[in-house]
Amino acid sequence: MNRLRRFFRTPEAIAGALILALLAAMALAAPLLFPGDPQAIAGPALQPPFQDWSVPLGTDRLGRNVLAELFHGARTSLAVGLAAAAAALLIGAVVGTLAGFAGGLIDEALMRVTDAFQTVPSFLLALAFVSIVGPSLGVVVAAIALSAWTGPARVARAEVLSIRERDYVAGARVIGMHPLEIAFREVLPNALPPVLALSSVIVAAAILTEAALSFLGLGDPNRVTWGGMIAEGRTVLRTAPFLSVVPGVALVLTVLGIYLTGEGVVESTAVSRSLS
Amino acid sequence: MSLLAVSNLTKRYHRGGKPFAAVDEVSFEVGPGETLALAGPSGSGKSTIARLVLRLIEPDAGRIGFEGADFLALSGAALRARRARLQMVFQDPLAAFNPRATVARVLDDPLRIHNIASRAERPRRIAALLERVGLDAGLAARAIHEISGGQRQRVAIARAIATRPSLIVLDEAVSALDVSVRGQILELLLDLQRRERIAYLFISHDLGVIRAVAHRVVILDAGRIAESGDARAVIANPQSPVGKALVEAAPRLTRNRP
Amino acid sequence: MTVLLSIRNLKVAYRRDGVAVQALKGVSLDVEAGERLAIIGESGSGKSTLALAAAGLLARGAEIGGRVDWFLPASAGAKAEDRQPSVLATSHPLLGREIGFVFQDPSSSLDPVMPIGKQIAEVTRTHLGLGWKDACAKAKTLLERVRLPDPSSALHAYPHQLSGGQKQRVAIAAAIAAGPTLLIADEATSALDTIVQAEIVALIRRLVSEDGMTLIFISHDIALAAALADRIAVLRHGELIELGGTDQILNAPRHAYTRALLDAHLGLDANPLLDRQGVSA
Repeated sequence: MNRLRRFFRTPEAIAGALILALLAAMALAAPLLFPGDPQAIAGPALQPPFQDWSVPLGTDRLGRNVLAELFHGARTSLAVGLAAAAAALLIGAVVGTLAGFAGGLIDEALMRVTDAFQTVPSFLLALAFVSIVGPSLGVVVAAIALSAWTGPARVARAEVLSIRERDYVAGARVIGMHPLEIAFREVLPNALPPVLALSSVIVAAAILTEAALSFLGLGDPNRVTWGGMIAEGRTVLRTAPFLSVVPGVALVLTVLGIYLTGEGVVESTAVSRSLS
Repeated sequence: MSLLAVSNLTKRYHRGGKPFAAVDEVSFEVGPGETLALAGPSGSGKSTIARLVLRLIEPDAGRIGFEGADFLALSGAALRARRARLQMVFQDPLAAFNPRATVARVLDDPLRIHNIASRAERPRRIAALLERVGLDAGLAARAIHEISGGQRQRVAIARAIATRPSLIVLDEAVSALDVSVRGQILELLLDLQRRERIAYLFISHDLGVIRAVAHRVVILDAGRIAESGDARAVIANPQSPVGKALVEAAPRLTRNRP
Repeated sequence: MTVLLSIRNLKVAYRRDGVAVQALKGVSLDVEAGERLAIIGESGSGKSTLALAAAGLLARGAEIGGRVDWFLPASAGAKAEDRQPSVLATSHPLLGREIGFVFQDPSSSLDPVMPIGKQIAEVTRTHLGLGWKDACAKAKTLLERVRLPDPSSALHAYPHQLSGGQKQRVAIAAAIAAGPTLLIADEATSALDTIVQAEIVALIRRLVSEDGMTLIFISHDIALAAALADRIAVLRHGELIELGGTDQILNAPRHAYTRALLDAHLGLDANPLLDRQGVSA
């Protein structure tokens, strides 16, 4: 409770939380407010916003409802961003913990693999992966996770290296605990805070990567995505700029909201650390 | 027959590129139910010996016999199983436990790992262990960081005796405690020794404490044994320079006794 | 005897997660100029809080009540008769100039990336206005006074190159560099082994008598305190339990708690616990 109150003390945190709450509400309300296929034709093509209140943000080149697409796009962006970040954090934490705790050859091998992933530009990696396996939501999530797990892995390993030397880990060995149980039950939970601090950056990056993939036409074709919407509007950028601007603004706000929230969390934990 | 037999134990480290022996050809034995103290200034190698004996670090040379078997030959599951018989209590009872742990979890682990009690039976065993070390059974639900330093050290002792060990290594186990608590913890350790014939390898830099509880003492200096013998005899009449320095440096209370 | 420092009804509370923890509950005592006063107590007794309050080093969040009045000798600015009552933390004798403070852990009180000679020289430059050349010469003299082996090369050494005992010697040299009136040693020997501890105690005793400093020695160890102090103050749970001459405290303690502390001391002449239990292996 205390931590929550501390979190809401900074204006950044409040702004970030409001933006994220709005996005989550959009994503959850999408199937209720706009039931049916958001990609269905809703009226005449290229209708500008604020003219016809059945399509408040107008229609695109094919006459689809932009507002409905925006809401359903929020669903995709958030789902892909969160799933990919969760997967990246999970892979990173497990690899980092194993490398840091086992040491020796296992550490060497895992960290060289990490190096290999880190030396390839992450977007190219995701791009290549999706082009080979084919675009679907699951593949996009996997592709983004694959390009983002190295950061958490390094942070987790560094943290585990210092925790490994503590007395309580020696104590766990003395009572005969299995090394894997020590690594994942005793060490990993205590190594998580700095890894989780990366999560806002990773979620934001994952949402941007997803948008970029969709923009290039490598998103799931059966889903509305903000990146796809921006790409759609590109051809008529001069005559109907709102088609690109509306999802673009949504994307910027989302990333901003995530960063501000992450900042707020870091701030509130920093305060509690200095107090203890 | 001795319970723990250490012979020619050696551990080398590198400091500034040069190798040096933190523990150099050290040999000693501990009998069942006996307290052997390892004393010496900081850097004398006493804590390194504790960690070697517990196989927390591996020696470069030497042998460790425990309960008649070659302790260094064990590995994997066999080593983990044998650990039940050889336990440890650390200096800082806060650092010795997972910061997220509760008292119950800390005591549940050894019982679970060594199949000492079924899941249903364990809460009762935990309560009994807490009472055995003079704590209220209701303490089980508390977090480790909520209880006092003395209570924590009692929990550490409860955890060490949970698997019915024959030897407990006490690494400066009372050094961080307040003097009033220290006396109680020492009494508890002596009581456990008398009832269950547990042997202690008692590591301390404080000769006053060693003299109070140890049968024999080994005085170390720079990784080597400087002298050893009956604790009171050695402390009353130290022969080695480091033994003399330790006795000389021990704080004394000169009171005009009534 | 003239009073150097008068503490009246000092109360200090810390806030932890919104709950006030009372560290000192109205402590009054006088420190006389030139005396060696030991303040002893167990963890949570408030002995370190008392030392920090005297030095004006309490954390910002602490709630402070009561008075701390200083009566510094003329050489340090004010005249002895010129009684200047000072409210805590407003007008306070200068830390480093009039008060030298030695902490428990020398590795955290020394700057790890600055040569120790420079760290000591900086104190004398700041407080005595010496030039670099004089300050360095003074630093070397100080290292000689604390008996650091090979002082001229030690000037250029970094803290990590020294042992724990040597680091504490450097910390003491820095604390006395500006010739303070009062030296406060807060558990200055607790992190050291017995042999080094005895050496540091002997060093503090010698420096205090050579410079005529007043000493406040904070410790949990009554035997150590008795070896050094003229008077001993016993603190428990933030209250002053007993204050008296070392002889009186050791031989005729008035309070049961003081007696318990004395009895808990395990000296080399104490009756071994092993015998009291009547067991032998």
